[in-house]
Amino acid sequence: MENNKVRWLKMKWEQIYWEEQPKKMNLFTAINDAMDIALTTNPKAVLFGEDVAFGGVFRCATGLREKHGSSRVFNTPLCEQGIAGFAIGMAAQGATPIAEIQFADYIFPAFDQIVNEAAKYRYRSGNEFNVAGLTFRAPYGAVGHGGHYHSQSPEAYFCHTPGLKVVVPRSPVQAKGLLLASIRDPNPVIFLEPKWLYRSSIEQVPVEDYEIELGKAEVIKNGEDVTIVGWGAQLLVLEQAITMAEEKLGITCELIDLKTLLPLDIDTIIKSVKKTGKLLISHEAPKTGGLAGEIAAQIQEKAFLHLEAPIARVCGYDTPFPLIFERFYFPDALKNFEAIQKLVEYDFSK
Amino acid sequence: MLAFRFAPRGISHTPITRRSFATSATKEVKDVKEVKEVPTAAAGNKKKDKFTIGKDGKIKVEFGVNPYKSYKMDAPAPVATTSKEELLKFFRDMTLWRRVEIAADNLYKAKHVRGFLHLYNGQEAIVAGYEAALTKDDHVITAYRDHANFMGRGGSPFEVISELIGKAGGCSAGKGGSMHFYKRDANFHGGNGIVGAQVPIGAGVAFALKYQQKPNVCIAMYGDGAANQGQNYEAFNMAALWKLPVIFVCENNKYGMGTSAERSSANTEYYTRGDAVPGIKIDAMNVLSVKAGFEYAKQHALTKGPLIVEAETYRYMGHSMSDPGLAYRTRDEVAAIKADRDPIDKVKFYLLENKLSTEEELKEIEKEIKKEVDEAQKKAMEGDWPEIKELYNNVYTEKGYYVRHTNLEDSVVVE
Repeated sequence: MENNKVRWLKMKWEQIYWEEQPKKMNLFTAINDAMDIALTTNPKAVLFGEDVAFGGVFRCATGLREKHGSSRVFNTPLCEQGIAGFAIGMAAQGATPIAEIQFADYIFPAFDQIVNEAAKYRYRSGNEFNVAGLTFRAPYGAVGHGGHYHSQSPEAYFCHTPGLKVVVPRSPVQAKGLLLASIRDPNPVIFLEPKWLYRSSIEQVPVEDYEIELGKAEVIKNGEDVTIVGWGAQLLVLEQAITMAEEKLGITCELIDLKTLLPLDIDTIIKSVKKTGKLLISHEAPKTGGLAGEIAAQIQEKAFLHLEAPIARVCGYDTPFPLIFERFYFPDALKNFEAIQKLVEYDFSK
Repeated sequence: MLAFRFAPRGISHTPITRRSFATSATKEVKDVKEVKEVPTAAAGNKKKDKFTIGKDGKIKVEFGVNPYKSYKMDAPAPVATTSKEELLKFFRDMTLWRRVEIAADNLYKAKHVRGFLHLYNGQEAIVAGYEAALTKDDHVITAYRDHANFMGRGGSPFEVISELIGKAGGCSAGKGGSMHFYKRDANFHGGNGIVGAQVPIGAGVAFALKYQQKPNVCIAMYGDGAANQGQNYEAFNMAALWKLPVIFVCENNKYGMGTSAERSSANTEYYTRGDAVPGIKIDAMNVLSVKAGFEYAKQHALTKGPLIVEAETYRYMGHSMSDPGLAYRTRDEVAAIKADRDPIDKVKFYLLENKLSTEEELKEIEKEIKKEVDEAQKKAMEGDWPEIKELYNNVYTEKGYYVRHTNLEDSVVVE
């Protein structure tokens, strides 16, 4: 795919010289901008999903149908399995479909298509066929009152499937770059958007076409005492916990945004753990079988002797995502602060 | 905890967007296909329904215009039976359900109800009609627009409002919320959030009924949007293959959230989509048409096999509380249907026209109901919240299983 207008973000974005003035955008506007650029630069790109024609329930697709035409931005009927299969078929023919699943909780009828078809397409055909252009987008995550079926975080199910990539942005600047990179990545990508941040996360976003590299985690805050790993909306919660911890415990914490959950950039985390010796991983999804377990297992394999305390995982309970009990279920800043405290005060001589 | 709010009223559009996809302001109700085909009995220039009141109080109603259509089976005769008591019960029940929906609407706007709320205003006749045709030994399963279905099965407004607010007195102990109302003793299987998931489950319930040799049916309800889900067709095939006593009910309210039926479905005659499963179409804004249709459908399901009942109806509110319901249809369309085909007004018309009741009596009933709902609301607001142990209770049945907290010390063992 031609990307001669793309600037790779190899260094912190503030240091790059942007030709045009960046624009204030929130998450859904940034995603809208990314899709607009994708549709403009790639004539084979199409966007479809439930209710995207009028802009989508989160307004991520506003204005795209008017600009690019109804044959490239269109509604599908209510059939996730159909949407996924249809997208896979198009991608197998070289198109770049962006399939929107209205809420990540509804992705399960499409699970078979994604896991059994999309992930294995290149492998099982011996590279005869592939679904390189395929991208699924879905809003995920807790929102305060979403209940069982509007709050789930299904990343662990997809991280368990080789052949897929799973990407989660934390802010508008990241979302635009990561989404463009995901659309252009020659592998099927599941792009999970934290729906809590659609309106509330606002940044000055460059209006140019730019990508952020997939498969690389980012250290967004440097520290010496504790390594903290998270992704998506959970990073805001972790930042609160870190502020509390730094004040009250007199330590400094290093915060890592994974960005790409699969393939996992374990080297960034190992480098950090070798420095600090303590690790905390936090996510909204239930603890058992969640991605934190995979990270913990890899770290204890590769940096065992550097660990000064057991790895802490602050995750959701092993229950369905509750409605009325969300405040208790959610791994909030206080729970994370307590875990940091335990890590720091752990005495391995006892 | 960060103070964030997912804005409940999120959808608004620039005028250009609205004009492109919704019915334009100049389009009138008569352009909507479905409404044209089904007659309105209340309008003066159509044939009126003929009421024959027998000496024993039994009323026979011959519909002025036939509300039924059928596919691969005989349509029911355009005749219904009822009585004065039944018509008053219909009026009372439907007014109660309408009132509870209005109360839920206000509670949501006051932020006492969180999450998602899908209101049934306009569609009450379906529940009133099928409840008159079925018994509590028949089973019902529906999607998330389930408040009226729950109350039709015997649930009380107190349980409804408590569940919406999330109090322990709610029908699902406060853990389900608006979309997950259940009533075991009345065989009401809820209350399902994922669109289409309830249809194969309904077929399974029907299989169990047949296996247990019970003379009962299961009603599996879904909407026009859900009619495009693949699992429905899997359920239709199984039901036809094994002759299951299931009635698949497609509540066609013309819009699947924001997408009109024409834009989502290649075939909008939902009663014909069962292929080997025959179907009938009923006018679900007229409770008597619904009642007679379901009596006929139950007989068919118990003797000849499954069928689809397309209940042609309309919802006045948006899809949910975050949808004002105007981006894809005009206010005139909604107002016209409210004026012309409202189910509660229809029953009122029947009662008054045939001198079975008086304006005063009906007003009394409305006042009683308002009082009842207000009291239920007050009592619900004062109820207790569920205990914290409900957070991890009932994930499994065994006691002594381990629920992992963020750290080892606070993890709990369920007793």
